[in-house]
This record gives sequence, C-alpha cells and structure tokens, in this order.
Amino acid sequence: MFQAPDFKNNSYENELPFATRVLCAIVIGALGFGLIAALILTENISSSLPAMVQQKLTQSGVQNPVTAVLLNFRSYDTLLEIGVLLTVAVAMLPNANFNSDINPDMPGGNRSSSHLVSVVNSAAGNPPLEAFLRWLIPMIIVMAGYMLWTGTALPGGAFQSGALLAGAGVLAQLSGRIQFCFTSTTAKLLLTISLITFVMVAIGVATTTGVVLQYPLELAAPLILLVESAATLSIAAILLLSYNTLATQVFESPSEHSTFEHSAFDNQPSDVTETSAPNETLQSQTAEDPKS
Amino acid sequence: MNFNIFIDGCLVIGILTLACLCLATKNLFTAIVLFVSLGLLIAIAWVRLDAPDLAIAEAAIGAGLTGALLLATWRQMRERAHGNADTPNKSGGENVSSP
Repeated sequence: MFQAPDFKNNSYENELPFATRVLCAIVIGALGFGLIAALILTENISSSLPAMVQQKLTQSGVQNPVTAVLLNFRSYDTLLEIGVLLTVAVAMLPNANFNSDINPDMPGGNRSSSHLVSVVNSAAGNPPLEAFLRWLIPMIIVMAGYMLWTGTALPGGAFQSGALLAGAGVLAQLSGRIQFCFTSTTAKLLLTISLITFVMVAIGVATTTGVVLQYPLELAAPLILLVESAATLSIAAILLLSYNTLATQVFESPSEHSTFEHSAFDNQPSDVTETSAPNETLQSQTAEDPKS
Repeated sequence: MNFNIFIDGCLVIGILTLACLCLATKNLFTAIVLFVSLGLLIAIAWVRLDAPDLAIAEAAIGAGLTGALLLATWRQMRERAHGNADTPNKSGGENVSSP
C-alpha cells in the first residue's frame, strides 16, 4: 500500500543539475518578489465580512466569532473537513498489508486486542517519565475540556482541544505501558462519531427550520457544543491513529518481503568498492534496489 | 511602539532564517527539529497578528503533533535504511538514542 522512499538524503546524485537549480532559483525568486510587490501595491481593502459576522453574532448561539463562522455560518465547510479527516483515518488504519511484527522497541501496535486501550505490565518502564505523565496527562485532559468549553466565547475549540488530547495519547504511548488498538470497535466508533453526529444534527435541524445545517435560534448553542464535543473526540482519535500507525507499523508490502534480504545481500560487494569510486557505487545501489 | 517593531522584526528574520535553514540542511533530523522550531515561531507570529485561535492550533498541531509524526517517519526510514544495506548513513541519528 505504501512505499517508503529510499533513505538517501546525503547522496549527491539525487540533486538536480546546476543549471536547473539556477533556473529554479530565478523562477521562484521572480515569483516571490512579484507576489510581495503585488501585496505592497494592493490598497488596503476593508472587507465588510467582519462587521457582518459581528452583527449576526447574537443569532449564532456563541460569542466567539471564529467558532460562529466555523460551526454556524459556514458549518458546511467544517462538515466536509471532518469527512476529509475521516478519509485520512481510513487510509491510515492498520490492514492486512502491514507487517504484523511491530517495532520491538516501540510498543503500542497491538492489533489483536478488542479494547482501544490496554496496559502492558511487562514493558520495560521508564520511571521518571511515568511519574511525570501521571501528573501531566490528567492536566492535559482537563485543559482539553476547558479549551473545548471556552471555544464558545474565547479562542479555542474542537481542533485545538482534539490536538491536545492526541498529544496526551502520544505521550502515553511513548511511555511504553499503554497500547492503543485502532481496529477495536471503540476506536471505530470514536473515529466516526463526529461525522455521524454532524450529519444527524444537520438533518435533524432541517426538520424544524427547513434548511440543512440552519440551527434554530434557541437550540444553536447546545447543538454547536454537541457537534464540537464529538469533533474533539474524532480529531483526537484520528491524529493519534496517524501517529500510532507511523510509529508502530512496519511498512512493507508482502511481495517486498522476499526481496528484502536479497537487496541487502547484493549491496555487500558494492560497499567494498566504495572507497575507490563513491559516485558509481551510489548509482549501482539505486539501480539494484528492486522496489525503489 | 518601537519595542513592538523590534519584536516583529526579530520574528520575521527568525522565521525566514529558520525556513531557509530547514530547506537547505542535508540532515533530515536537523530539518525536522528546525521545522518544529519554525512552527513555534509562526505560532508566536499568529499571536502578534491577533489570531490566537490559529496560534493555539499551530502550536499544538504544527509544532507538536507534526513533529511527532515526522520523527516517527524519520525513524521508520532510518530503520529501513539500516535493514536494507548495512551502510552507516550520515542521517544524524547516531547522537540520539532511540526511546
């Protein structure tokens, strides 16, 4: 499914020729200076949108103009964004193409558990980290809840608090004691809950107001809070799933596994000749590499 | 007022320098660390531009989680390079002990 790129960040043969690089620099420089000049030459256009938002803010159910735009005036955009995030989550989900051997020194990729979170008692612990996380993770969770709640009136909201929760999850996984299994039912529910809630709210309000996603005035505030809470859970789960997949799964397609040892074997002779002709060796390595 | 201009000037210069360094460096690990620092400076720049919402999002996602994701990817790539051929690469990972 995924092909990891070749790890040759220091090989000079990957670089473009000198003339191409100069040409790229000239084109990009001209484009950049043109954009800056256009920015300076344009007069300051005073948009009427902020005033309109301020004017309609009382009808939105929240006091923070950013939240009002994101979840009331332009909630359709947010609904689609959540759909995009769910697509990312589906792409990142552990599947049959992943090697079931997880990274031995990076625990957390338990795929067979039926629970989202499981505690590993046999893992080699890191006592200072664990003692610190015991204080830090509850604080992060409380902070995420505060940020979600305060998003109606002050800066904050679903995305920020979801990111905080995901950060807590990453820290918990790094401690080694806690494993997340994203093929469990709970995880699937968490990943999809925001889209389900949002669509249900969108259709539900349509029965009373007649327009999809147009909240009735008196119900706007609780509905926005409901959608935001669900979005927080999903965003946290999706971000944590991305980290979990990258950190614990070994990206290998099954066909590659057979050629894996082959290429390592074939590269041995070329290493010997590296001292005499480094450039040729690098080229022959790229030529030999079967999956690059 | 002058103090504000001084802070903003430092931010602009810092962001541009970090962006150039991040693109120019050959070492992937250094590039990731520079990218995270760039994200933090951009978060401060959003605060200066009166956009605290974006600042919080940038600090949490741009600097925090993206850094974690990039480091996880870097680790995968390094292990893969070590597994493929036993050539010692100069990716800069040797001074960092794996967790």
